Amino acid sequence: MEHIRTTKVEQVKLLDRFSTNNKSLTGTLYLTATHLLFIDSGQKETWILHHHIAAVEKLALTTSGCPLVIQCKNFRIVHFIVPRERDCHDIYNSLLQLSRPVRYDELYAFSYNPKQKESEQVKGWQLIDLAEEYKRMGVPNTNWQLSDANRDYKVCETYPRDLYVPRIASKPIIVGSSKFRSKGRFPVLSYYHKDKEAAICRCSQPLSGFSARCLEDEHMLQAISKANPANRYMYVMDTRPKLNAMANRAAGKGYENEDNYSNIRFQFVGIENIHVMRSSLQKLLEVSGIRGLSVNDFLSGLENSGWLRHIKAVLDAAVVLAKAIVVENASVLVHCSDGWDRTSQVCSLGALLLDSYYRTIKGFMVLIEKDWISFGHKFSDRCCQLDGDPKEISPVFTQFLECVWNLTEQFPQAFEYNEAFLLQIHEHVHSCQFGNFLGNCQKEREELKFWRNMYHQFDRTMHPRQSVYNLIMDMNEQNKQLERDMKELEAKIKVRNKQQNAVLTKEPLQSVHPTLKTQCFKKDQPLLPGNDAIRTIEGSNTADNRYSEYMEEFSKAEPAVVSLEYGVARMTC
Amino acid sequence: MEFSELIKTAKVENVLLSCPGVPAIKGTLCITSHHLLLSSQPGGEGDQGTVELWLLIRNVDAVEKRLASSSGTITLKCKDLRVLQLEIPGMEECLNIASSIEALSSVESVMMMYPFFYRPQNMKLEQGWHPYPPHHYYQQVVAETNAWRLSSVNRDFTTCPTYPSAITVPAVVDDEALRKIARFRQGGRFPILSYYHKKNQTVMLRSGQPLMGPNKKRCQEDELLLKAALCGRARGFVIDTRSAQAAKQARMTGGGSEPKAAYLGWKRLHRPLESRGRPLQESFMKLVEACNDPSLGMDRWLSKLESSKWLSHVKAALSTACLAAQCMEREEACILVHGAEGTDTTLLVTALAQVILDPDCRTLVGFQHLLEREWIQAGHPFHLRCAHSAYSHARLKQEAPVFLLFLDCVGQLGRQFPFSLEFSECLLLALFENSYASAYGTFLCNSEKERCLCKVRETTHSLWSWLNQPNQQKKYLNPLYSYNALVIWPSVEPPSLQLWQGLFLRWIRSSQYLDEAWTEIQRLVEGSELPPRTNGAAHSQQLLPH
Repeated sequence: MEHIRTTKVEQVKLLDRFSTNNKSLTGTLYLTATHLLFIDSGQKETWILHHHIAAVEKLALTTSGCPLVIQCKNFRIVHFIVPRERDCHDIYNSLLQLSRPVRYDELYAFSYNPKQKESEQVKGWQLIDLAEEYKRMGVPNTNWQLSDANRDYKVCETYPRDLYVPRIASKPIIVGSSKFRSKGRFPVLSYYHKDKEAAICRCSQPLSGFSARCLEDEHMLQAISKANPANRYMYVMDTRPKLNAMANRAAGKGYENEDNYSNIRFQFVGIENIHVMRSSLQKLLEVSGIRGLSVNDFLSGLENSGWLRHIKAVLDAAVVLAKAIVVENASVLVHCSDGWDRTSQVCSLGALLLDSYYRTIKGFMVLIEKDWISFGHKFSDRCCQLDGDPKEISPVFTQFLECVWNLTEQFPQAFEYNEAFLLQIHEHVHSCQFGNFLGNCQKEREELKFWRNMYHQFDRTMHPRQSVYNLIMDMNEQNKQLERDMKELEAKIKVRNKQQNAVLTKEPLQSVHPTLKTQCFKKDQPLLPGNDAIRTIEGSNTADNRYSEYMEEFSKAEPAVVSLEYGVARMTC
Repeated sequence: MEFSELIKTAKVENVLLSCPGVPAIKGTLCITSHHLLLSSQPGGEGDQGTVELWLLIRNVDAVEKRLASSSGTITLKCKDLRVLQLEIPGMEECLNIASSIEALSSVESVMMMYPFFYRPQNMKLEQGWHPYPPHHYYQQVVAETNAWRLSSVNRDFTTCPTYPSAITVPAVVDDEALRKIARFRQGGRFPILSYYHKKNQTVMLRSGQPLMGPNKKRCQEDELLLKAALCGRARGFVIDTRSAQAAKQARMTGGGSEPKAAYLGWKRLHRPLESRGRPLQESFMKLVEACNDPSLGMDRWLSKLESSKWLSHVKAALSTACLAAQCMEREEACILVHGAEGTDTTLLVTALAQVILDPDCRTLVGFQHLLEREWIQAGHPFHLRCAHSAYSHARLKQEAPVFLLFLDCVGQLGRQFPFSLEFSECLLLALFENSYASAYGTFLCNSEKERCLCKVRETTHSLWSWLNQPNQQKKYLNPLYSYNALVIWPSVEPPSLQLWQGLFLRWIRSSQYLDEAWTEIQRLVEGSELPPRTNGAAHSQQLLPH
């Protein structure tokens, strides 16, 4: 590619990020069209996808060479020292350009264009049919119908084509309502709870300013509450802090006036906006990157970043939502400003709490497809897939994943998917799958944890050295293998018995037995990798960090991880 | 003294017991000499048969009462961090019950404690005390090397009142020299062998601080002993669990630390650990207070957690133990660990280092041996340190949760190496409870000497014999365990250290889902045709030299 000037640099040092005595690995750095590759003297490979690079920084020249710091979106930070400044400069410039594709078709790993996805993913996404999903929820039915108002994306560009609305909401009401809503995002169905006949709906803020009203919009909300036979009133949740919502009024936007809408109960839940979230994450990363961090600095840094407070706010909002539906049978309309960030978070988490289907791998993918992709979460801007406005970047989806992760920690058996799956999704720039359990019992602060495996994913020494999950996977695999063997052997014995009807009866016993033994022996083997993993414990002490090795394991394990997760499903269901 | 004198009201009807997480029960409250007993009235609303609560009164840490006109509420805050509320009809009864509990829970005399009265039917006295006495370990070491010998200089506890009768010292140092050295070390705790690292024949010693005083007094025998301990190696490290400054200051009060000039080959390393009294106990109290405060938001919770400094103590203890382990394993050097008295942080470091280094200490039985050897026999003053837990309003005297800190650190190791410890979190919890209030004599008294005087071994039951009953043992085993002969180096980075939720949040939120997951893992492992444990046993047979 035209951006690459130097493809190979030798004698590059990879610094240990946390080592206080500047420990490093020496190796060769390769630059390819899609990846940056570092192979150290021990033949360990570190692969970095260009699209994962969030920032490249060239530090001041030192005696040992020119330092190059690369920060990745998956929270990996690598610190190279390139012996010659010219090489460093070349790589720096190449990376700057390679990591900022301008057009969608330059994207390698993820884009909205499924053709560019790896074949497995294509299959995965093709499995998902949202119409099927709405059918599963129980719509259309007597109260809800499919609307063709947005068939040509005319009413709302950022909504999907197929939208579900109350049966009594006519097209003029829809169009009228959409004109009264920011970006035309009028109230539509996000999730329908079959048993309670209550719905989660989503929209954007009304253009109410200080006094404007819109009869169609009022009718729309009326229709939503009428579509719920169990409860006449509905909740309208504004996920913004009250102050932000009020400030919006000055710009002709704002929030619903309870006096104008009959049967609504309005409330704010106070999730901060994307800019606050972005700087919060920034602070968190600064803290977790400090060398020789003390426990107290870590905790106060964690607190000052406010990150866990924001995570809790999102979870709290989802719990309020789930409770309204389960306890009060009431429908809920959720919105924020544009209705594609906080609204997506709250709607999808609420549905996850309510419906165990979303706690399966397939269901989680459906959930993401539905609440995030189809309803227009701006992945490209938020995750900075293309070179864009840095102010549009925000870890909204990361927060959603982290919320889900916290739930998996609290309800280990409720989810079909595990942490590796969430990380994998984060890795492939924010898509998802997981989950199942019954809502209304989220807990409190103590139970929210710092997600070490996300933010220190590549700082291998900080992880438990033995994985319970992998062992269980192994055991599961092994059991399945043994079962298969048993069946095979039984079949063999049957065949033998038939053959040997004529022969002496002693013989089969003798001949079958040895095969059985060797089979068992073979099955012993799979355990050994587990032991190998244990062996790597040695040599890791508080000062050793082995990014490269971990990366190798991680990248190679990908296909295995996915297939294994289906194993978990069996186990936990 | 008669217990009956302390019990003003022995029985009250219609008492309502409520504690977080379980439905309230109404029933009859009885106070006996050692227990508070509440049994529900049958046939009440939501009757599920009779529910009984047996609470060891020794377990009560603080009693708080609130009186109304015709009834009163007593809040019992227990040493195992549980909080119970009793609503008692009748003001007088309430006052009587409260003062009875207060009086009974603050009985000072060891001989009046429950273990001396506890006589379960299926256990015999004197059974299970030291199933494998610690001197067996020392005999093994002595048999393997000829540089060390078992000494009975402390047979009658005169040389060092806090040491057990059998100790291991360098073979070249005779008993007479040991008596001299004992006078040169605080509390008579002369350097003795704590652990022998078979792999490279290095040793870990522990002692009290040398009594150098402002005049920099020296003791030739002490210097000879440490020289002999090196066994010809060039290097040894003295790990002092105080800061360099604190060690220097200690000279003013008669203590000090080994000067390099006098002890050739020994290098001093200072790793300040908080151990004595106040700071650690206050840290514990602050943490428990933060955990129990439901009104805290995410941010205030984090700052409370931070200001309790508990995790900093965990980190410091683990790092120091890692340092000791590293000196032995990597530097192949001998180690001497001491702080001031050598009964608190010293034991914390030596015991933790052994868990890190030695796979034998990570088994259920091996861990019990380690506790017996490095905590109980080594003279950790359990009676003083565990007199009160986190709720007590009493003036702090010698309380400090050093042992709890050790258990927390072991738990951190268990979380980082989930297959390498044969025991589960349940064992750590049981040990925590029993160290503060127990029906067994194992954690009674401050030293072997006191235990002999009180005839603990003859007249109480051992916790170990109860834990090792097959039906009990199962509870404490880690189903994922597989023998791991390697050293387990933990990460001490702050993100790797976690609050011990199983203990600190045990009574605050339900762990139902986590327990279910754990049970599922147990079930899976048991159902598995090749459970790792049998596999591990096969390994240990191959790897362990006999």
